[in-house]
Amino acid sequence: MSYLELLKLAAPEAIVVLTALMVLTIGLVTGRRQAGATVSVAGPPRVARPPDSTPGICALVAALGLAVAAGAIVRLPGHAMLFHGMLVISPLNSLFQIICLVLAFFTVLLVRSSRPLPNHGEYLAILLLGTVGLLLLVGSEELLMIFIGLELTGLSLYIMTAFDKTERASAEAGMKYFLFGSMASAVTLFGLSLVYGLTGTTSLAEIAPRLTTGPGAPLLAAGIIMSLIGFAFKVAAAPFHLWAPDVYQGAPVSTAAFIASGSKVASFVVLGKIVLVGFAPANGSAAWHAMVGGWTPILALLAALSILLGNFVALVQKNVRRLLAYSAVAHGGYTLLGLVTAGREGFSASLFYTTIYAVTLVGAFGVVGFVRRETGGDDLLHFAGLRDRSPLLAGCMAIFMLSLAGLPPLAGFFGKFYLFSVALRAGENHGLLWLVVLALFGSLISLYYYLIVLKVIFLDEPMATAPVLEDYELGARSHFLPKMTLLVLAAAVLLLGILPGILVARILASFG
Amino acid sequence: MIAWTIYLTFAGAVFLLLLPRPLARWVALATTAGGLAIGATAFFARQTDFAHFTTIVQVPWVPTLGMNYHLAVDGISLTMILVTGLTALAAVLFSWKVETRPNEFFFWLLLVVAGSYGVFLSADLFLFFVFYELVIVPKYFLIAIWGSTNKEYGAMKLTLYSFLGGALVFIGILAIYTSAGSLDLPQLARFSFDPWLQTWAFPVLFLGFAVLGGIWPLHTWAPTGHVAAPTAGSMLLAGIVMKLGAYGALRVALNLFPLGFQVWSKWIALLAVIGIIYAAAVALRQSDLKFVIGYSSVSHMGFVLLGFAAGNLLGVSGAVLQMFSHGVIGALLFALAGAIYYRTHTRNLNDLSTMRLSRAMPFLAVAFVAASAASMGIPGFSGFAAEITILIGTWKTFPSAVGITGVGMVLVAAFTLRALKKSFFGEDRFGHGGHETHLPEGAATLAEQLGASLLIFATLAVGLYPKLLLDRIMPAVETMRFLKP
Repeated sequence: MSYLELLKLAAPEAIVVLTALMVLTIGLVTGRRQAGATVSVAGPPRVARPPDSTPGICALVAALGLAVAAGAIVRLPGHAMLFHGMLVISPLNSLFQIICLVLAFFTVLLVRSSRPLPNHGEYLAILLLGTVGLLLLVGSEELLMIFIGLELTGLSLYIMTAFDKTERASAEAGMKYFLFGSMASAVTLFGLSLVYGLTGTTSLAEIAPRLTTGPGAPLLAAGIIMSLIGFAFKVAAAPFHLWAPDVYQGAPVSTAAFIASGSKVASFVVLGKIVLVGFAPANGSAAWHAMVGGWTPILALLAALSILLGNFVALVQKNVRRLLAYSAVAHGGYTLLGLVTAGREGFSASLFYTTIYAVTLVGAFGVVGFVRRETGGDDLLHFAGLRDRSPLLAGCMAIFMLSLAGLPPLAGFFGKFYLFSVALRAGENHGLLWLVVLALFGSLISLYYYLIVLKVIFLDEPMATAPVLEDYELGARSHFLPKMTLLVLAAAVLLLGILPGILVARILASFG
Repeated sequence: MIAWTIYLTFAGAVFLLLLPRPLARWVALATTAGGLAIGATAFFARQTDFAHFTTIVQVPWVPTLGMNYHLAVDGISLTMILVTGLTALAAVLFSWKVETRPNEFFFWLLLVVAGSYGVFLSADLFLFFVFYELVIVPKYFLIAIWGSTNKEYGAMKLTLYSFLGGALVFIGILAIYTSAGSLDLPQLARFSFDPWLQTWAFPVLFLGFAVLGGIWPLHTWAPTGHVAAPTAGSMLLAGIVMKLGAYGALRVALNLFPLGFQVWSKWIALLAVIGIIYAAAVALRQSDLKFVIGYSSVSHMGFVLLGFAAGNLLGVSGAVLQMFSHGVIGALLFALAGAIYYRTHTRNLNDLSTMRLSRAMPFLAVAFVAASAASMGIPGFSGFAAEITILIGTWKTFPSAVGITGVGMVLVAAFTLRALKKSFFGEDRFGHGGHETHLPEGAATLAEQLGASLLIFATLAVGLYPKLLLDRIMPAVETMRFLKP
C-alpha cells in the first residue's frame, strides 16, 4: 500500500490535524502581538478583554476545517480496511465520524457564547486534536488503536478541563478528571491485555471466534470486566461517574459540552462495537429470571445503578451544570439499556439516543455559557427570570430540558420510546421489563428536576443582585452566531422528534 | 376535513407567538371557533360512518419501526371532538381579560386543545401517545404561571401524576407493541393477545389512563390542580384533560384487552363507586368553591368508570355521554367560579355568603343555578341523561353498585346545593348597610355571557334530546369487542 493511498483513506483525520496546527499558529502569532500590546499599557492593572478578532478567526478556521473533514468523509470509499482493522471505513463508522465532527463543529461555534478564554487558539487546537481522537476511536476496530484513540481524546479533555487558569474549580476538575481517567485507562489496558493474552489477537472481528473458553472462565471474566471499566468511566456510568459532577461544573463550559457530546457518542460507538463484535460469545443474559454470566448483566447493573443514582442525586442539585452532570449519568444508564439487549436493534437505539442526547447537551451548555457570561455564575438562581432577559435563550432551554425529560414532540421522547421498545422486545417473555420499568421510574423523577429548571427560568423573578455583565440584545453582532447556533440545535431536537426516521433509517442502513 | 382541527389549532398556537399582544386573544378565539365549527360539521354530517373507526389519513411515519401517521374517526371520537371544541371556545371567552403574557397563555392553551384533538383522532398507538404526552407540559405552565392558590405545588403535582399515568400507559403500549408487532389501533383491535399478557397488562394500562381520568385513590391531583389553575386551565382540565384518560381507557385498554377487562372489571367498579361516594363526601366539607367543584369532577368521573366497568352497551354508551356531559358542565362550573373569583378575589364560601352576589351578578347567578341543576342530575340537563343510562347499564352487571351510587347522588345534590346557596344566596347577617358597599362591581361581560350560554345550551340540548349523541355513540360502542351480552 502506497503512502498516498493511506493518506487518502485517512484524509479526514489528516485534515483535522492540519486545521489544529493552523489554528495553533494563528493563535500564537496574533496572541503574542496582543500580549505585547497589553504589557505596554501603563497604569493600574485592568481586566484585559481580549479583542474579538483573534478568537473569531481561530473559531472560523476550526469550524471550516471540521466542515471540510466531514466533506472528506463523505467522499471516502464505502468499505475499506487498513492494517487488520486499525482503521476501518464502513458506513457505520463514517456516519458516526460525521456526527462527531458535527458535534465538535457546534461546540466550536458555541465556544464564544461563554466567557473568552486566554490563549484561545491553543484551546481550539486541543479541541481539534481531541476530535481526531474521536475519529480514531470511532473508525477503529482494533484494541490497540482504540486504546490510542481513547488516550488521545482523554488527554485533550484533561487539558481542556483545566484550561481556565483564572478559576480554581477548573484546575481542580482537571486534576480529578486526570487522576480518575488515567486510573481507569490503566485498568482497561490491563483488561485488554488479558483479552489479548487469551485470544492472541487485537482485532475485534478475530477475537470473537477465539473466545472458545466457557463464559465462566475467571480469566476471561476479569479481562472483560476490566476492559469495560474504562468505558464505564468514559460514559460516566455509576459507580464510575465520580469525576463527572466536578468536571461538568468546573471545566470551561465548552469543554463540558464537548465531554458530554462528542466524547460520549464516540465512547458508546466503540463500547458497542467491542461488546457486540469482540465479546459476542460471552454476552450472557440479563433477563430477570434467567440471568446468565456475561457482559450483559454487568452492563445491566451499571445501567440500573446509573439511572437510580443519577436521577436521585440530580434532584437536590442547585447548580445547573452539576444537575446536567447527574442527569448525564442517568442518561448514560438509559443508553446502556440498548446494549444490554445484545442485538443490532438495541445498538441502533442506543446510538440514536446518545446522538440526540449529545445534540441536546451541546445546546443546553450553550445556554449555560450565555447565562454564565451574563451573570457570572450558573447556579439555578442565576437562571431566574431568564425568560424576561432573553426569550430566545429561554425557549431553547425549554426545548432542551423537555427533550431530556423525554416529552413529545421532541427527540428525547422518540429516543426513549425506541430504546425501551427494543429492550422490551429483546428478552424472551419481556425479560428486561425490570430494567424498562426502572428507566421509566427514573424519567418520572427526572421530569421533576427539569421542570424546576424551567420553573426558575419562566416563573421566578430575576435576582435583584444579579450583576448583568453584558447587555443581551439578539441584535448584538457578537452574539448573533452563537444564538443562531442554539436555534439550529433546538430546531434539530424538534425535527428529530417529529421526523426521527431520518436518523434511524440512516443508522439502521449503516449496519448493512 | 376533521383532521384540520389538529392542524388549525397547532398553527394558531404558533402563529400567536409572533403577534402583538392585543391580537393574541382574537387569534385564539378564531382558532377555537374554527375547531368547533369543523368538529360540529363532521358531527352533523349525514354520510359519516359512526360505527366504525374510519381512516381519514394514513401515511408512513417511521416505516422501519412500523409507525404510521394514522387518523381515524367514529362516533365516540366525534363526540369527544365536539366537547373539546365547546370547552376550548368557552375557555378562550372566559380568559378574555388575561393581561399577563397573553400570547404565551393562549399558546399553551391551544397546545392543550390541539393535543387533545390529536388524541381523539389517533388510530396509531405511537401517535396517540405522542399527543397524550404532549398535553402534559402546557398544563404545567398554564397553572404555574397564571394560576392562583399554591400554584407551583398544584402544577407540579398535576404534572407528575400525569407523567406517572403516562409511564404506566407507556409500559402497556410497549407490551402491546412488542407482542403484536404493530401499533395500528384498528389492526390491534382484531388481534388476540395472549391471556396472561392481558391479565397483567390491562390493569397497568387502565390504571395509567385512569390516573388522568381521576380514579380513586389516584385522583388527588385533580382537586389540587383545579384549584391552582387559572379559570381557563380548570375548564380545560375538567372539560378535556380528564376525558383524555377516560377515552384512552376505553379506546386502548378495554378494546384491546377484553379478557383482561373481564378479570378486572369488578375491581374497576369497586374503585369507581368508592370514588363517587368519597369525592362527594369530601366536597361536602370544602370551603373553597373550586375545591367543591374539583371534587365533584372526581365524583362525576367515577360514573364514567362505573359505566366502563358495567361493560355493556348501555353502560359504556352512557359513560361516553357522561364524558361529554361532564365536560360541558364541569367547564361551566369552573368558568363561573372563576368569574366570581375575578370580581370578589375570594372563593371562600363563608366569605361569599355574606356578599349577596345574586344581586350584584344576576346573569352569573342564573347561569350558576343552571350549572348546579345540571351537575345534580336534574332531568332536562345532560347529566341526568348520562347518569341514568349508566345506572341502567350497571344494574345488569353490578346491581349492588347501583344502590350504593344512589347514596352518592344524594351527596352530590347536597354539596351542590350547599355551594349554590353559600355562593350566591347567602343570608346577609350584617344587615344591608355595612355590606352593600362591598358588593363587587361588574355584571358579566359579553364574552362571559357568550361562553356561559354556549355551555348551557349544549347541556340543555343534549339533556332534552340525548338521542342526538347516543345515535352516534351507540353504533361505535356496539362494534367494540369487550362488550358483555
